[in-house]
Amino acid sequence: MSAFASDEAARVSRHLLRRRRWRPLEIAAWLAPPALILIFPSRALLINEILILGLFALSLDLALGFGGLVSLGHAAFLGIGAYTAGILASRGVNDPLLGLLIASALAGLAGLVTAPLVLRGADLTRLMVTLGVSLLLGELANRNAWITGGADGLDFTVGRLFGVFALDFTGRRAAALYSFVVLFVLFALARRVMRSSFGQSVQAVRQSRLRAGALGVPANRRLIAIYGLAAAYAGAAGALIAETTQIVSLDIFDFHRSADVLLMLIIGGPGYLYGGLIGAAIFVGLRDLISGATPEYWEFWIGLLLVALVSVGRERVEAALARFARRPYLTRPGEAAP
Amino acid sequence: MSGGTGAALEARGLCKRFGGLTVTDDVSLTLAPGARHALIGPNGAGKTTLINLLTGVLAPSEGRVLLAGDDVTALPRHARARRGLARTFQINQLFPDFSPAEALAVAIAEREGLGADPLREAGSRGSIVAEIVDLLGRFGLLADMDRATRTLAYGKQRLLEIALALACRPRVLLLDEPAAGVPERERQDILAALAALPADVAILLIEHDMDLVFSFASRITVLVAGRILTEGPPEAIAFDPRVKAVYLGEDAHG
Repeated sequence: MSAFASDEAARVSRHLLRRRRWRPLEIAAWLAPPALILIFPSRALLINEILILGLFALSLDLALGFGGLVSLGHAAFLGIGAYTAGILASRGVNDPLLGLLIASALAGLAGLVTAPLVLRGADLTRLMVTLGVSLLLGELANRNAWITGGADGLDFTVGRLFGVFALDFTGRRAAALYSFVVLFVLFALARRVMRSSFGQSVQAVRQSRLRAGALGVPANRRLIAIYGLAAAYAGAAGALIAETTQIVSLDIFDFHRSADVLLMLIIGGPGYLYGGLIGAAIFVGLRDLISGATPEYWEFWIGLLLVALVSVGRERVEAALARFARRPYLTRPGEAAP
Repeated sequence: MSGGTGAALEARGLCKRFGGLTVTDDVSLTLAPGARHALIGPNGAGKTTLINLLTGVLAPSEGRVLLAGDDVTALPRHARARRGLARTFQINQLFPDFSPAEALAVAIAEREGLGADPLREAGSRGSIVAEIVDLLGRFGLLADMDRATRTLAYGKQRLLEIALALACRPRVLLLDEPAAGVPERERQDILAALAALPADVAILLIEHDMDLVFSFASRITVLVAGRILTEGPPEAIAFDPRVKAVYLGEDAHG
């Protein structure tokens, strides 16, 4: 910090870089999943699902929480990723990392291509357009059974990771750890990108498009970029589903997937990157817990939780939680200690 | 690059019609480099509409906008901003969750062409940080630099409006009622900030406070019902019976 000409400069720089360091609570939270996978191998399947849905919700957070772009069809990109990885594996390209990479790139491309449609109009239009795109893709997959397997689903075998670790039913632990590493790497990248000048300008557009434009920020270009990035993340989540379950079926495009991921993000809170992960853990954890007792009515309890969250107000829930622990990475500018 | 007029900003025959309603009617205006020009007129005269036409928020039905001699009529607003046209807003348009330091960082990074950099933070660039400190200091925002904008006093938010515009290093600055709604005790800060604006920036000031207008501007344009009623130095405007009539609420054409 001695590089700065003045105390003020050091202070401003410290403020601007305050989110750079990983806080102890953050590090502890990231150590938990691999520890749980290793200690409770019988729960690896459940943890794997949480990790993948967490990545999917993180993807939606990039579009919605940071870019302000609502979507009711985010499963479109999940599906593209899953089918890409599945089709590649069924045609002999079965290296998991290669599949993940290609799936993610294709989904990202689809995001860039559909982004101009999403940018047009207001929120209600966006809900309809995103929903429409996911329905369209689902029907495309249904009709082109020669490559997707259609309603029967697509069966395939994914190769071993690095030629060593099997990701199928014999390797549930390896599969969950694989999902964890992918999630962590993509999260760390998102954390960095959202702090960068690019990420800050995206958030500026969300907060005031008029002002961002007056400062020279090309709003549409930035939103297309963040939507493409979000789509690539969703594609990676889809590829992980395909590779760790070794089956892809049409339900990957289902409306409930898009709705569920939106619920997860709302439960966890958008705009600070961890909301999707927390929401996915609560959502899947609750489902697992409640469906053990009343398999048919677990959605009632999720519904109740949502209604409670909305009527009590997130702020009050958060304030109650904050008394126990200061949330990592979350503190908004106004709350930052000087 | 220059069209030869030497003007920092020029509007030629701007018209804006919404259906049958003409809100801007054949407005031509020239700002020389470093000009201190005020735009006055009663409520509803179309002052803010004119600013929106000049900055590209609205597209004119007719007419052209020239920035340093170049026709920018077809350019989107962010492209005009990059060419040195900055503005403030009559109603605050700020980033409520950002601190003043963060907002200024976005403005400066964008100006420097770093807005698409997906990896580096503005806070790790010494030159950007130094400029943020300079702007915060000039506008008395250093003490509040890390607070969320929505928690700042209204007067501070008005100052941040001007600081952000200035962070674009503009050649032309359009100020839309910078002192509007500011409580008396914070008003002096705004006036001091206006007086201290760089001399080489051409400024168009919209304001209702006549004391402020007459102390600031060396040229005044009077807009009434979308048309320019008259333009001239403050002394001439002050004693123009038509201007008086407009402000006393009499029929301007009577």
